[in-house]
Amino acid sequence: MWGSPPGVKRTVNFITSILAVVSKDVRSELRTRYAMNALLMFVVTSVATILFALRDDDVSTEVLSGMFWVVIFFTAMSGLSRIFISEEERGTTMTLQLVASPSVVYLGKLIFNAGLTLALSSAVTLLYLIAFPAFIIKSMEIFTITIFLGSLGFAAAATIIAAIIAKASTKGTLYPVLSFPILIPLLMTVMKSTARALDGELFTAALGEFQVLVSYLMIMVAGSYLLFDYVWKE
Amino acid sequence: MNSISITVNGVAKDFNRRTIFKDISFSLSSPGSMAITGKNGAGKSTLSKILAGLVSATRGSIAYSIDGRPMGIEEFKHHIGFVSPYLNLYDEFTAIENLKILSRIRTVSHTNDERIRDMLLLVGLWNRRDDIVGTFSSGMKQRLKYTFALLHTPPVLILDEPTSNLDDEGMEIVKHIMQEQLKSNILVIATNNREEAHGCTQQLHVGPLPHVGISSGG
Repeated sequence: MWGSPPGVKRTVNFITSILAVVSKDVRSELRTRYAMNALLMFVVTSVATILFALRDDDVSTEVLSGMFWVVIFFTAMSGLSRIFISEEERGTTMTLQLVASPSVVYLGKLIFNAGLTLALSSAVTLLYLIAFPAFIIKSMEIFTITIFLGSLGFAAAATIIAAIIAKASTKGTLYPVLSFPILIPLLMTVMKSTARALDGELFTAALGEFQVLVSYLMIMVAGSYLLFDYVWKE
Repeated sequence: MNSISITVNGVAKDFNRRTIFKDISFSLSSPGSMAITGKNGAGKSTLSKILAGLVSATRGSIAYSIDGRPMGIEEFKHHIGFVSPYLNLYDEFTAIENLKILSRIRTVSHTNDERIRDMLLLVGLWNRRDDIVGTFSSGMKQRLKYTFALLHTPPVLILDEPTSNLDDEGMEIVKHIMQEQLKSNILVIATNNREEAHGCTQQLHVGPLPHVGISSGG
């Protein structure tokens, strides 16, 4: 029987290896709840605090979308950094370095973080819909695309920052400090786009924001992919 | 049988502004072995990590080849087995889960259940295969590291403090593993144990500068 060409075999191995890293992280997360508990607690407490603060106030869609992304930003900051810090704390970084190339580790961790951020955004959306009567999504297309691209952008930025700070001694404080300037363009864009979705604007009105989000995602993933090799190796 | 060679040329490592070691050069071909000796803090572990491609050298280069074909470290890593006190397996998984998960990430085609069973039997952990690694003693964890290191039958085995945390039985197992490796492959050990070091064909003393040298042993 004919064997597969070496290039195809290498690509299959590369993808298999990435998926094995994702599967390892999912199973590890389900057992340890390193990130999940932190994320859940943060989402519930922050949404409850905002709910008590606003009560029956009539708030604009801009404020609501701002509050919405503030919750996602801080929750993501508290949970997504665990992806590399937990490896570093458990002393398993070296084990992973031995079995996988830096690009495999980066892409595996990115996919895991993207999944986690998408789940987080969906959970926050659900909570907002229940807790705030004024939070009505009038343009579902704009909202869905914003959540999708925004979450991926968050995950892309958070993954590389997590890899950088995992090697630092002041992990906890460094993460939000380093993340904020990098995430400003993303935050401003998703807040504006979410406000458009709540106002029920036409899909074409948000195209500019989508272009920014796609560009941000591409730059972040490409830059991180190139940088990760240097960050990952001691 | 594959012919493996590792050539180290003028390797140096600095941490911040402090030079740990410099001008380290040697070459190793299969079958061959080297003991890296030196005081605590001399850089034995760092040098073994550099050889395994886990840490970059500040200066110098390392060339790896199999059957005369040069290889980059990322490709060559699949031919290295590494055991070190700094290397940990996942506490939340069982022994067998750890080995299966890591083999899957490594995508080594010839690692099957039978090989995992043989390796766990070799180190005396088969009966504890379904126990969470977090519940293992430090000696059992060290034994498990050997199964992880040997699972893909690597032609190059790098051992940093090979017998740390092991009981007499564990030390005998390691001795057997080292003897098997010496038959046709490459063995590198970083140790302060004279008995372990004398079993190697070459010895490299990494010490406070300028006492860095290489000599042949028994």
